[in-house]
Amino acid sequence: MSTPVLDVRELVTVFHTDAGPVRAVDGVSFSVAKGETLGIVGESGSGKSVTAQSLMRLLDPPARIEGGQVLFEGRDVLSMSQRELTAWRGASAAMVFQDSLTGLNPVLRILRQVTEHVVAHGRMDKRAARRHGIDLLRRMGVASPERAAASFPHQFSGGMRQRVMIAMGMANDPTLLIADEPTTALDVTIQAQILDLLANLNESFGTAIVLISHDLGVIGTICKRIVVMYAGEVVEEGPTAAVLDDPRHPYAWALANAVPRLDAPVADRLPGIEGMPPDPLDMPKGCRFTPRCPWRISRCGDERPPLAEVAPGRKARCWVTADGRSLPPPSIPAHAKPPIPSTAEPLLVAQDLVKHFPLPKKSFFGHREVVHAVNGVSLHIMPGERLGIVGESGCGKSTLARLVTRLHAPDAGHIRFDGQDIATLSGEELRLLRPRLQMVFQDPYASLNPRMRIGDILAEPLLVHGRVKNAAEARERVGGLLDMVGLNKAWGERFPHEFSGGQRQRISIARALALEPALIVADEPVSALDVNVQAQVLNLMLDLCERMGLSYLFIAHDLAVVRAFCDRVAVMYLGRIVEEAPAAELFAHPSHPYTVSLLSAVPEPGRQRIVLSGEPPSTLRLPQGCAFQARCPVARPICAEPPPLTEIAPGHRVLCHAPGSLKPLQGSP
Amino acid sequence: MLRYIAIRLVSAVVMALLASLVIFLISNFVPGDPVLAQLGDILASDPAVVAQWRAKWGLDLPLWDRYWIFLQGLLHGDLGTSIATRRPVLNDIAQFAPATIELATVSFMLTLVIGVPLGVAAAVWRDSIVDAVARAVSLLGVSAPTFWLAFIVLAIFYGWLDWAPGPGRLDPIAFAPEGGTGFFLWDSARAGDWETFHDALAHLVLPSIVLAAATLGLVTRTTRAAMLECLHQDYVRVARAKGLGERAVVLRHALRNALVPVVTLGGLAYANLLTGAVMTETIFAWPGLGRYTFSSAAALDFPAIMGITLIVSATYLIVNLLVDLSYALLDPRVRR
Repeated sequence: MSTPVLDVRELVTVFHTDAGPVRAVDGVSFSVAKGETLGIVGESGSGKSVTAQSLMRLLDPPARIEGGQVLFEGRDVLSMSQRELTAWRGASAAMVFQDSLTGLNPVLRILRQVTEHVVAHGRMDKRAARRHGIDLLRRMGVASPERAAASFPHQFSGGMRQRVMIAMGMANDPTLLIADEPTTALDVTIQAQILDLLANLNESFGTAIVLISHDLGVIGTICKRIVVMYAGEVVEEGPTAAVLDDPRHPYAWALANAVPRLDAPVADRLPGIEGMPPDPLDMPKGCRFTPRCPWRISRCGDERPPLAEVAPGRKARCWVTADGRSLPPPSIPAHAKPPIPSTAEPLLVAQDLVKHFPLPKKSFFGHREVVHAVNGVSLHIMPGERLGIVGESGCGKSTLARLVTRLHAPDAGHIRFDGQDIATLSGEELRLLRPRLQMVFQDPYASLNPRMRIGDILAEPLLVHGRVKNAAEARERVGGLLDMVGLNKAWGERFPHEFSGGQRQRISIARALALEPALIVADEPVSALDVNVQAQVLNLMLDLCERMGLSYLFIAHDLAVVRAFCDRVAVMYLGRIVEEAPAAELFAHPSHPYTVSLLSAVPEPGRQRIVLSGEPPSTLRLPQGCAFQARCPVARPICAEPPPLTEIAPGHRVLCHAPGSLKPLQGSP
Repeated sequence: MLRYIAIRLVSAVVMALLASLVIFLISNFVPGDPVLAQLGDILASDPAVVAQWRAKWGLDLPLWDRYWIFLQGLLHGDLGTSIATRRPVLNDIAQFAPATIELATVSFMLTLVIGVPLGVAAAVWRDSIVDAVARAVSLLGVSAPTFWLAFIVLAIFYGWLDWAPGPGRLDPIAFAPEGGTGFFLWDSARAGDWETFHDALAHLVLPSIVLAAATLGLVTRTTRAAMLECLHQDYVRVARAKGLGERAVVLRHALRNALVPVVTLGGLAYANLLTGAVMTETIFAWPGLGRYTFSSAAALDFPAIMGITLIVSATYLIVNLLVDLSYALLDPRVRR
């Protein structure tokens, strides 16, 4: 066997914090052969990004690499001098980072950023580098590359910036490309484009790729082999398909099963594993997963298991599966949602809602531009029903949430909530409405006041709306609320920063529940959470829905999550609902070409994908005719006319001239 | 961009007029009478003399008429006549301003040339000796009172070591260089009179250091903080991952981003240096605007106060405009 491109042996990286040393990467070993694709998966804090940065020696103090070897084509990276390191980085090994907004320098032109290291490494002079750079941008699929080269990063969309980042990584034709969460900030159709691009680079240039992600679907579409990390260790390694189908480490099992998948039957609850990763300052003595492991045996708590071969080409760090046995598949109870009585009066009816946001004028005499956020949306929610709204960023779904909760006033249209027209309420009437109509926000870090104790955050709505008489009574209710969302009653004294993301989202839900609302509007409530925590929070929301008869308007970009959670789903594109149907019907028979492409773009291993070209058009112009025609693979001349809303099955409405004309590809649901 | 500048200039004029109006009203309502300050006790006790004096200076006219006359004069480039010096205010300012501008500009250059590199070095080699020096400089600069620092440097470098000349702009026996702009460095350099140039420069050293001390401290501190922030940005990590040398990473990627807050501070600092040199000018016997302002205020010399206000506010507004324009130069996101 030839020398691997990258050979990592027992790598140890330690953060010397004030509280003590944290072994963020603790004895990690893996290797990448020439032209191979390796995925590293794990939740936040598992050490996967620190591993990547250790490989490139990009970490600043207080982080220090304290052990192990990193061999790049046989050369020891960790013992390179600063000069050798500079010559190696960006030339033989390159890195693409997650956030293309902060990763590109805002004050330098694109061309310079793409080519400066070509010149710095002495590969080309400036003139040649310029041609090379423009050529690279074209190859990465950047539209009008000459103009793009002279532009600045803020003039690009997220997807285009990520293409620029990849062009930058590929500029010196490296042997190895390390991509750290390259698609996490992107919409699903754009993510599909970027993943295609990476797969392409691997195929046509033989570039070895190490892809780091928390998303097994993303890794599965590109990587042949996968490394699963937990608490700074590699806990499982093997071919991707084998690990997904038959995980041999309980954490890998949880990862593989906690993600709702489009091609699996809908379960009543998402299988997840309770608990949280161990405190990095106080690691368990034995296996680090022991406290959460449902299959633990006595040996697990005492002895640290080695990363041992459990099957040909597969390794796992587990005592339970050490003898080569598999873990049991998750039990999926039959899915039996009580049917929503169709005769009941809807809880919420919205009709022809419109919201436009005028932008500040660019010049005194200039034309005032308008963002057409919501352009005539009608929907209804029955009592106890969970309606999902899906769409990519900029489709108007968050604005819709704010209209329905009357955080914004609609420009036109009606909203009836519980028999009352609330579209034009103001002041005191609106305040009286609030308790019945609550919202849970996306970012659990930004939506809790960092200077208030949890107890006070939860007591505030109770006191404001006179639901409790005094502080003592409020404290009691707060204890009950914390208990209801699965948190310790005594934690009311703590501040938000003492909680993890998932716990904070539970607190946000408790805050929304405090006033016993009829409808909760949840705007991307789980998109900032790790998959395991996401499963826990979704299960909690389902429990509450059934126990308290709550209705949800659930807004998300993740189709699989919506499928697992909602009774009915509406798909939005450019401020309109383009398709609406009961969840099972929508995912079985998607009929709008956009829905079909959106479903197809969801990265799941072993599936063909329809990759939409281009990006959603600007919301500054109200589209004439069908909003999707510019990107639609089956557009025809009639699409220039406004499409009709057709009911093709009971409750299944499609805004399209030719519903069903784009067929899902083989293998998709 | 030109349109933007034009709009900013028009608004600057309006702002300057508003400032003059506010100062006009305030200085007329403060207790105190220029009559007493100018005529002295004996003459001021004679009502006929007082009335004649008031009529001569237009102080018997209603407030609005006086402001109107001031505005009319302004249109013709006439700032009125100083009550104290009996000379046109514009001439007074033209006489005193060059000394101040020369001092402030040299101080400002010292601030930038020392402060920015020191701040950058302190951020790059954090917690090193350089960083300790930078911290000491900024602490001393910001906290040492000007008058104290002025006396200390005079005592040490003039009185004791005799490395620097004493107060004043030139040696007492030297003549001002020919050329007449009042900027001694400029005039002497143009005339090729290097002896005077050297003399003027030597006299600038101590006062400009004293004047620069406070702003130097701030600029060092701000540069260091901004650089530290930028050095931890993702794009710096990306630049390192590209295999750029540390020099390119620091100077090309981090510094340019870090300069934005430094430019803001620098603009304000220059305006402050121009107008806030009263203490330094007094101690170093520097015949500049600071001393003129002080004596005009003490004498309730309304025309002079108005003139100075206008000049000062115009300076601030122009510097602010320059600062805004340099934002656009530094940061493409600000450009339209």
